[in-house]
Amino acid sequence: MPRTNESLVELTDSIHGSTAGVSIRNSVALTRNLVVSTFEWFGELGLFCVRLLRAALTPPYQVAELLRQCDEIGSKSLPLVALAGAATGIVLSLQTRASLIQFGAKSLLPSVIVFSIIKESGPVITALVVSGRVGAGIGAELGSMKVTEQIDAMEASAVDPFQYLAATRVLACILMLPLLTVASNFSGILMGWMATTLAEPISLRLFLLNGFKGALFSDFVPPILKTAVFGLIIGTVACFQGMRTKGGTEGVGRSATSSVVLASLFVILADVILVRLILTIWG
Amino acid sequence: MEQAGDPIVIEQIHKSFADQKVLNGITLRVSAGETVAVLGRSGTGKSVLLKLMIRLLPIDSGSVCITGEEINALNEHELYEIRKKVGFLFQQAALYDSLTVRENVSFPLARHVKQMTAAERDCQVRELLASVEMDRDLDKLPSQISGGMQKRVGLARALVLNPEVLLFDEPTAGLDPITANEISNLILELKKKRKMTALVVTHDIRAAKLFADRLVFLREGTVIAEGTFADLQKSRDQFVRRFLSEDDS
Repeated sequence: MPRTNESLVELTDSIHGSTAGVSIRNSVALTRNLVVSTFEWFGELGLFCVRLLRAALTPPYQVAELLRQCDEIGSKSLPLVALAGAATGIVLSLQTRASLIQFGAKSLLPSVIVFSIIKESGPVITALVVSGRVGAGIGAELGSMKVTEQIDAMEASAVDPFQYLAATRVLACILMLPLLTVASNFSGILMGWMATTLAEPISLRLFLLNGFKGALFSDFVPPILKTAVFGLIIGTVACFQGMRTKGGTEGVGRSATSSVVLASLFVILADVILVRLILTIWG
Repeated sequence: MEQAGDPIVIEQIHKSFADQKVLNGITLRVSAGETVAVLGRSGTGKSVLLKLMIRLLPIDSGSVCITGEEINALNEHELYEIRKKVGFLFQQAALYDSLTVRENVSFPLARHVKQMTAAERDCQVRELLASVEMDRDLDKLPSQISGGMQKRVGLARALVLNPEVLLFDEPTAGLDPITANEISNLILELKKKRKMTALVVTHDIRAAKLFADRLVFLREGTVIAEGTFADLQKSRDQFVRRFLSEDDS
């Protein structure tokens, strides 16, 4: 323990008695452990990423497994993602309609729905839904394989688990997230139109014409492409947490939970950075 | 019995986990065609020893040579080449639970023997599974078969690349006496048929007596005795005598 901490503990001991000193000592130790384990986690994640990158770039490429993972992550997440997109479209229509009427800008409703969905809600909600479904799935699957020695068995069979298990899952997440986002956006805009037309009938053609009026290429492509980064984050964090699982079934549960929590957290943080970056580049 | 070109040569290996010393200077050689059983109580580092041999765990100090290659000195690619020459049967079989019995066995084959057609691969897998009496459950998942059957499939998977060296981690653990005996006989049969070099970690003295040419006793991370079953019966070491007496009970 550093000298200043010891002095602090001694000083507190002398003022409040030994209980307060013990409490401070525990807090200092707890904080130190937290800081050390955080740095360790990032260090291990860095090493994991280096090994993952090497495995992804080195032949043989596991194409069959990649396609299987694309199906697992892509097509099986599609209904959930479409539903989340639809709900977002409906809620956006219901919530913004009243506000826009208040400001006499009701005609802007289609644009508000389309731009909100395409630029922000679509990508982020898709990423959060996928991080919940796929992140937990990958964390639990790889965690279970780790504790039952299946990953060791794969290594013993001279098959690189980073190449076969991790690289394929991460790549599938990177490829599938933009496609799922397109599906989510489509479903959100469609349901946004339906909710709008239920309140005040408007043709789909007119809704889309108004919604996409003045829209540029840069309004669509960067937000969709940023979801590839979200895919990278979700896949990497979930594989990392899964492959470092310790402690039996309890450890598998911990890995699944931490995969979802950390992937969601990093997606939100990355979104802030990516939005700033997109605005800097495309204005 | 010891020769310069022994397929397994372990010299002075040490391994600790945090403050706990698990292996403390183990030295061991296994000659070509020889089956050696490593015996000891649970928690004496027997399974760790096997994992160190193919670098599933890093060695703290000492050296392991498999088929003449120093494991610690190999790069990743070279290590995978050595691993192809080693078959490993895990304690709980460690079958891939999302793959069927057939797919589990063909998994290493599909990745390492590219010149083989799917039909040839399937034929070899069937043949191998027939040799361990598991050819009737080809399309079952590991969760649909018993522990003993999983061990048989694990054994078939360990043999599929025709390895020069076999490592068995507690092949009879957790099985009823009849199934354990069947697995022991299977290992004995393989030993006779394939003249394989094998290191078997076990605490089943009856199984070891059946298939092992030589026994090695571990206690507190060190080798305390080694020799044939007959040699060790004359041992004065209390631990060895108690262990061997399990065979009479």
